[in-house]
Amino acid sequence: MELRPLHITNAQLIDGDTPRAGSLLAVDGRIAAIDPIDIPEGAETVDARGQWLAPGIIDLGVFATDKPAFHFGGITRAALMPDNGPLDGAGLVERAAKGGKPDLWVHPLAAATKGLEGRELAEIGLMKQAGARAIATGRGRIADSGVMRRVLSYAASLGLVTIIHAEDEGLTAGAVATDGEMATRLGLASAPAIAEAMAIARDLALVEETGAPVHFRQVTTARGLDLIRAAKAKGLPVLCGITPAHLLLSDTAIGDFRTFARLSPPLRSEDDRQACLAAVADGTIDVLASGHDPRGPEDKRLPFAEALPGMAGAETLLALGLGLVRDGHISPGRLFDLLAATPACLLGVDAGTLAVGQEADLILVDEGTPWQVDAKKMAAWAGNTPFDGMPVQGRATMMWKGGLRIR
Amino acid sequence: MTSSTIRPASDYPPGGDAFRHRDLTGIAQLTPWEISYVLDAAEEWVDMNRSGAAKHDDRLAGLTIINAFFENSTRTLLSFEIAGKRLGADVVNMHAAQSSVKKGETLIDTAMTLNAMRADAIVIRHASSGAVQLIADKVDCPVLNAGDGRHEHPTQALLDALTIRRRLGTVEGLTIAICGDVLHSRVARSNILALTLLGNEVRVVAPPTLTPPAMERMHVATFTDMDAGLKGADVVMMLRLQNERMDGAYLPSAREYHALYGLTPARLEQAKPDAIVMHPGPMNRGVEIDSSIADDPDRSTITQQVEMGVAVRMACLDILTRRKRGVPGWN
Repeated sequence: MELRPLHITNAQLIDGDTPRAGSLLAVDGRIAAIDPIDIPEGAETVDARGQWLAPGIIDLGVFATDKPAFHFGGITRAALMPDNGPLDGAGLVERAAKGGKPDLWVHPLAAATKGLEGRELAEIGLMKQAGARAIATGRGRIADSGVMRRVLSYAASLGLVTIIHAEDEGLTAGAVATDGEMATRLGLASAPAIAEAMAIARDLALVEETGAPVHFRQVTTARGLDLIRAAKAKGLPVLCGITPAHLLLSDTAIGDFRTFARLSPPLRSEDDRQACLAAVADGTIDVLASGHDPRGPEDKRLPFAEALPGMAGAETLLALGLGLVRDGHISPGRLFDLLAATPACLLGVDAGTLAVGQEADLILVDEGTPWQVDAKKMAAWAGNTPFDGMPVQGRATMMWKGGLRIR
Repeated sequence: MTSSTIRPASDYPPGGDAFRHRDLTGIAQLTPWEISYVLDAAEEWVDMNRSGAAKHDDRLAGLTIINAFFENSTRTLLSFEIAGKRLGADVVNMHAAQSSVKKGETLIDTAMTLNAMRADAIVIRHASSGAVQLIADKVDCPVLNAGDGRHEHPTQALLDALTIRRRLGTVEGLTIAICGDVLHSRVARSNILALTLLGNEVRVVAPPTLTPPAMERMHVATFTDMDAGLKGADVVMMLRLQNERMDGAYLPSAREYHALYGLTPARLEQAKPDAIVMHPGPMNRGVEIDSSIADDPDRSTITQQVEMGVAVRMACLDILTRRKRGVPGWN
């Protein structure tokens, strides 16, 4: 079937800080013109009726290829963490990359070490040839500094960014919460928040030495963010991200032993949460991702310390991001930098912005429509959201992947 | 808060309003007058338990109580069993070691099974914090927490409060030092909550490796020096130190722990002359407490705590089954 040109009219384009009225033309799956004058014959015209037209969301660091949830959330590309498998060989990476066809891009993040065990280098070069877009340390970090140094320099030589989980395993051993009143009252084993800054500090020293580009997938503490800020000021090739949970919830959310709020890294103090909001506003944080990790009752309906960490976040990512805009923390343009442009840049894909020549991965967003998060009615294959019952606003109403309507 | 909402601990409302909870999962859910209500109810059972041969009251006759213990226990299980039987209930004990829990059945499945057996109350001990609440949310009968992980052990705190009240005439305005492995102790957490709620000055005396974070947020002063922590105390509450804490991870050795934190007669001099010494048992004699103190009837309340334990658990079982039994005012 031949792909008809796509002409989206009457839209509010997200190609600058604030939405502006305009239209877009996609031909052969790529963006051909913004505010086009000549419309090819046979083009399909879609009236956006004043909704936002934005680049499809590129969700950096998900743990499952959960298409219904991604489609609900306006996510056209998902960068898959290597933990399930683990993705430490070219064949596995190739298969994972095909896991989204035909209506979702899946970009596998290759395991940095064999079996994600943190000891031997995985076949990073072969996995790159098989479609890996970056490498990752998985749910944990590489404890051995010597191994980490070799991983960083090797990946950098292949032009790949290393995506890092930053928690010092000595401090966090056995812990399921952050030190504080809540963990103490609940009688949960906890670790000091500095576990994050300590891990970041080591890796920043290695970045400074090797020059390797890195992305800290989740930075959730004031001290961790201070280190990132200083590293950026020095000009180091460092990016960092966060999930809406760490921006909107503090450790009080684990009260009553709510296992849906058991995350890794754990939810932090209110002071750290405020520091994260400030870091999103001042540009220290580069990426907003869902951390999508659907888990059924067998993993979550357990005593808190026995439950596994993780949340189903894909469906709520856009709405919670729009909340940051509504609350005045960031502009609409900056939101889509966090959700699409920066992740695209990190992965090296031609997407993530409304610019001529990019893949026509597009979403229409009704930014005002209210709805309620309901753990029992999620599109994801498990409803483990820490935002159950929360009223939110905004959702994707239409989606295109490579100019082809998928929703 | 207006003054009218502050109710003296001794003045509790009538009928079921005196204790509004279906379950007893923790001290955290209780008000001062609810604690006081349970203590007053327990006093009556102390009298009956001490009277002659026939220690029996059949108000729970025909009710089934399941003691579901997912973690080993001797004294707490025995105490709950005796409490249920003295009230005439049919008491069944389920030990995790003998149950399908070991075969991989989930806690929720076990809870549903217990529920289907139509117990009238379930007493639960579990090694994981929050496990008792998880079960309580899934069953239709009152649930009593007999200890969950490091979280709470509410009947222990109630029996300790009753013991203090009987020995010192009050459990308000006292200085109470809780000493030892507070980090891993549910007894300590429940006692901190209960004793601060009742208006006492509570101190935690422990090595830094066994002191939980953010203690000041629980209105507790922390001490790492035992002598300083005991100074002027009315009550010295010792905690059991688990053997596995002494292997170098938290403490260098039992010997060193005794030297720095063991309760010796010389250290006890720091406390008030008539201070009492408590211990939830079982004791490590010569580690956290010297035998000469443990066995001194003028000081040690250890056997009295065991006695109060039965009375407090009788009171709790009685109060929590009143709605089911249709006691007037408790619907």
